[in-house]
Amino acid sequence: MNNLIALIPAFPFLGFLLLFLIGRQLPKPFIAWIGAGTVCAAAVLVLLLGIQFLQAPPADGAYTQTLWQWLSTGHFSCAFRFRIDALSLVFVFVITFVGALIHLYSVAFMKEDRDYARFFASMNLFVFAMLVLVMADNLLLLYLGWEGVGLCSYLLIGFWYETPANCRAANKAFYITRIGDTAMAIGLFLLFKELGTLTIPDILNASPTHFQQGASNTTLIALLLLAGGMGKSAQLPLQTWLPDAMAGPSPVSALIHAATMVTAGVYLIARMHVVFQLSPLAMAATAVVGGLTLLVAGFSAMVQTDIKRILAYSTISQIGYMFLALGVGAWSAAIFHFFTHAFFKALLFLAAGVVIESLHHEHNIFRMGGLKNRLPLVFKTFLAGAAALAALPFVSSGFYSKDQILWYTWSAGGGSPVLWMLGISGALITAFYTARLVIVVFYGEMKTPVSTYPAKLMTVPLVILAVLSVVAGFVEWPHNILHLSLFSELVQKVLPATILRTGIPSEIVFQGIAILLTLTGIYSGYYLYYRNTHVIGQWQQKPAFVAVRNFFFSGWGFDRLYNTVFVKPFVWMTDLNKTDFFDQINKGLASGSRQLNRWFSYSQNGSLRWYVAGVLVGVLFILTLQLFV
Amino acid sequence: MPFNSQTVLIVAAILFALGLVGVLTRKNIIFILISVEIMLNAAGLAFVAAGMRWGQPDGQIMFLFVLAMAAAEVSVGLALVLQAHHQYRSLDIDQMKALKDEVPG
Amino acid sequence: MPVLFYIASVVAIISTLMVITRYQPIHALLYLVVSFLAMAMIFLSLGAPFVAILEIILYAGAIIVLLIFVVMMLNLGKDTALQERQWLQPKTWVGPSILCLVLLTELVILLFRSPEVPMQVKPVPMRAVSIALYKEYVIAVELAGFLLMAGIVGAAHISKHRKKHLHRFLQEEAKGPQRRAEKLTMIREKESTEAVLPAEKKPVKKT
Repeated sequence: MNNLIALIPAFPFLGFLLLFLIGRQLPKPFIAWIGAGTVCAAAVLVLLLGIQFLQAPPADGAYTQTLWQWLSTGHFSCAFRFRIDALSLVFVFVITFVGALIHLYSVAFMKEDRDYARFFASMNLFVFAMLVLVMADNLLLLYLGWEGVGLCSYLLIGFWYETPANCRAANKAFYITRIGDTAMAIGLFLLFKELGTLTIPDILNASPTHFQQGASNTTLIALLLLAGGMGKSAQLPLQTWLPDAMAGPSPVSALIHAATMVTAGVYLIARMHVVFQLSPLAMAATAVVGGLTLLVAGFSAMVQTDIKRILAYSTISQIGYMFLALGVGAWSAAIFHFFTHAFFKALLFLAAGVVIESLHHEHNIFRMGGLKNRLPLVFKTFLAGAAALAALPFVSSGFYSKDQILWYTWSAGGGSPVLWMLGISGALITAFYTARLVIVVFYGEMKTPVSTYPAKLMTVPLVILAVLSVVAGFVEWPHNILHLSLFSELVQKVLPATILRTGIPSEIVFQGIAILLTLTGIYSGYYLYYRNTHVIGQWQQKPAFVAVRNFFFSGWGFDRLYNTVFVKPFVWMTDLNKTDFFDQINKGLASGSRQLNRWFSYSQNGSLRWYVAGVLVGVLFILTLQLFV
Repeated sequence: MPFNSQTVLIVAAILFALGLVGVLTRKNIIFILISVEIMLNAAGLAFVAAGMRWGQPDGQIMFLFVLAMAAAEVSVGLALVLQAHHQYRSLDIDQMKALKDEVPG
Repeated sequence: MPVLFYIASVVAIISTLMVITRYQPIHALLYLVVSFLAMAMIFLSLGAPFVAILEIILYAGAIIVLLIFVVMMLNLGKDTALQERQWLQPKTWVGPSILCLVLLTELVILLFRSPEVPMQVKPVPMRAVSIALYKEYVIAVELAGFLLMAGIVGAAHISKHRKKHLHRFLQEEAKGPQRRAEKLTMIREKESTEAVLPAEKKPVKKT
């Protein structure tokens, strides 16, 4: 098995190559088989690997396989080596398993699309790049995967490139994540300068002895890595690209912008946990970024009308929870939330894709409604996902993971009541907007008739993911209810255990408050959008409410802010240089050589004697030189 | 009056210069060809003189090659003269300027 | 031998000077024969009899004959001489001659810089020349063979008398004025007919 781990990314890569090179000539069933089949094969391999890993863990806690020496210059050498430890295993499992389900779903979802091969080629390349990212043994290879997923994200957001808005969304996503990527690259350079290596185990081993606790260089590196994570995971200053990224097809949103790519930042921070632990400031920054992001995104999600944008903001918010958990030192809780979130958010996006497809590509939730009886299976699965998102107590996986995070934000080493307040208010908001989403879309009267019903291939992944959204949380129970912590035991082979502060009130109190607030949120959504819909109508008369709503709707005006602060000055500066000063130099060179050409053209006058005289003058010149040497 | 290698080479140089003057001053293609022959011959003389200076046969062999080259050159050259006379009705080298570069504007 | 060399050199230089200054091509060729013969004499005085014989046979024989053939074929006689007299004005030849003189002086100065070595007049046997030619220089001999072959083929091909044949790049240029002229005549014809027609029509209308 040790020698087979390279096959996991190799399968999707093979699929990508086939589809990229000869995909246009293949009939659609073939493309589907290649596109979905390769990812399914990778998923089967991962399942086998996971079973083996759990039954008989490898001696050093990881499977490694070196494919070849990638770079070797001076003191720096970097191998193309894959490494799967417990943390990578969780990510690899989610990527391949959820990826396989989404690919199966896409086979039916994209059936009518004319660029079938391009879609699957990009998706396969994405799965490959993401696997490289999480299986990389060194940070350079990780960076390769990191940029690869960025590229695929760009390609797939702009998949329907005929619409200019989609291209703009793709560009926006690319530019904004680039800011984070640049910061991360600088962080990697600094890390290499300090430690002389980019191999992850070496960094983890060397850091505690090399870096001082809280030293400025450690903090700088950690903050730069955090910035990289913030760009990729759409955290607070750099979150504006994710809502626009919903321009891509729904399976893309499910796979890239919900389940896997956007959690790469979480993976990076978890992977580099030793560096972060050495810098309390960076940890605090991570927690604050996560806490603020989850609130900002939550408020925006409350007022959106586009079903996919609601889900996008909720994704930002949920990743905010993960960052919050990482920041307070609850490593395994963050990974656990990633694990459950991947299932339920992918489910929600896929179900939303079915809903949109069934209603003639209608995105506005207020023109949906009454789908409960029309699409019962989709309703049930969506409900399972929504319950997990809202963290409905005990019957959803989201409850277990979010409850753990909320408990740790107060009790863990880096936790504080303020962070807990942020998290708990986020829980309330999440419950509210989830309830609003479900009620507006599935209850009430039907506003748009259902035109098509989902194919079997689309509903099967929904059902599987729905089951997982319910049961995935059962592997980890709150300590005071049931002593079952399979997940954190697995992850804590790699990540440090969460240190608790002393003098914390009993866990049951926090659970009680969290459950209470969740139920309040759900009830208020139910009350406002089902029982007493006129209340909202009354509120909408008030200008203050409308202003606040518009503020939240625009995503707290971040787009406008960036437009004024960055885009407009840049455009102004480029406008100043309209004549292109640097081009003038080049143009001068060009016209100068043209002038020389004009002069020398006179010398080529067709006269033989003139040419001979030229040779003679040249010879004379050389001989004269000879004379005076 | 003994003579040394320099004297021979100077004779060769004088002949070469005379040939060059011919090429540069005459307008008639036939005269230009004749002058080229003079120059080749002068070069051959230099080769032979240098060979004899060291008592080696190589100079003479080079002269043979110069000779072969001159033969090939004069045959092609005379064919060109015939063709030029046929087409231009003149042997004026200054009339044959078809390869003149047009000065770009 | 030195005396022989000096006399031959003087003859060669003078006759060459005559070659490049003659107006009549045939006179120039005759002086050229003298020049080649003097050159053969120089070779002989240097101790290279084989080369001297070749000089007489090939240069003074074959090449001169070729040139004379061409002169006769093109019938270059008195008209050419007159033409040459017009062409060979001092203003055309003074400048190039001065340049060549400068070249010559520089060559002479450079030659006198090297140490003086008396010429050994010890003939290199023809045998040594032949052995070196077919041993060390055999590839060069082959190449010279190629060159001669190419010369023959080239000469045969080029001297074929054809209609004025232009390269395709030059064809357009040559045709241009012709076409323009054709167009012009066409337009003129049209104009003239148009000019004529109304005049013819008018009386018809009147009646």
